[in-house]
Amino acid sequence: MSAKIVTITSGKGGVGKTTAVANIAVALASLGARVCCIDGDIGLRNLDVVMGLENRIVYDIVDVIEGRCRLRQAMIRDKRLPELYLIPAAQTRDKSAVSPSDMVRLGDELRNEVDWVLIDSPAGIERGFRNSIAAADQVLVITNPEVSAVRDADRVIGLLEAEEKGSPSLILNRLNPSMVRNHDMLSAEDVLDLLAIRLIGVVPEDENVIVGTNRGTPIALEPKSIAGQAFRNIARRMCGEDVPFLELDNKGSLWARIQRMTGRK
Amino acid sequence: MSSFFDRITGRKRSAKSAKERLQLVLVHDRTDMTQLEMEALRDDILAVISRHIDVDPDGVRIDLERDGREQRLVADIPLRSMARRRSG
Repeated sequence: MSAKIVTITSGKGGVGKTTAVANIAVALASLGARVCCIDGDIGLRNLDVVMGLENRIVYDIVDVIEGRCRLRQAMIRDKRLPELYLIPAAQTRDKSAVSPSDMVRLGDELRNEVDWVLIDSPAGIERGFRNSIAAADQVLVITNPEVSAVRDADRVIGLLEAEEKGSPSLILNRLNPSMVRNHDMLSAEDVLDLLAIRLIGVVPEDENVIVGTNRGTPIALEPKSIAGQAFRNIARRMCGEDVPFLELDNKGSLWARIQRMTGRK
Repeated sequence: MSSFFDRITGRKRSAKSAKERLQLVLVHDRTDMTQLEMEALRDDILAVISRHIDVDPDGVRIDLERDGREQRLVADIPLRSMARRRSG
């Protein structure tokens, strides 16, 4: 079977790309798929700590590309899931060490090894971004419901259209349902109306995401976490399943609170 | 549609401002046109049309509009009526 290569990108930094890659990878691997993540942010290695694999790194992506090790040697196996791997970014090199055609070659080699390749793109729209999308079959654009993040997402979507990468899908991250209810945050409908691409997931703001990152345990491994559930749903949608979107709105409504207080729920 | 809260406080909730501001910014980002360039385009269009037919410059509306991920230039250009032209 040939892997599908999916890149997660955003334009703006700090919207949750790396967290999303780690969680979607964990969720896909939990469904039984073979998954390899690539940290595409050369010089600013991050995905390894988010996945809790920082102590296992021997070789990195530039070692593979420059032929200092075999592909399998640079694929770090996850501690929890047997078929989840990470190819870390080089920490001491810069993005000019890798070219878009290197990425296409690496992607093609990985197609025979796993079912999914997830690439964590660096922020920005320059070389690192171009490298990250070069091999992609599908691109997921992640954003937050904030003006700057939405504006940058729109810019990236425009660039992807110009590159003829097909229409990307949208992950809306860190939505705060109570702020949306008070009309002080853009809703999922607002963002979709502005960006006009297909929605693949809405992830609510959840403190446990930071707790999970602190421990190196992606939240998608926590069965009870709502953000974890949102990431698991994205993974299932990527596999073609028709999963309804989480009902984020009724948790804090007056009626729901009354029901909880009176013990009816 | 303004909510009850908006009406009693007279203040627009911030989500609405965010959306309206983004709608304007995105249309200009996508077309890479500044407000000044839009005005130059408007003047050029009016100059060409006025060579052939009498238009009412005060009623002219030329705007960029979003339609999904596509942009369109929408022009609404009222003509001066023949009667007025004859009398004037």
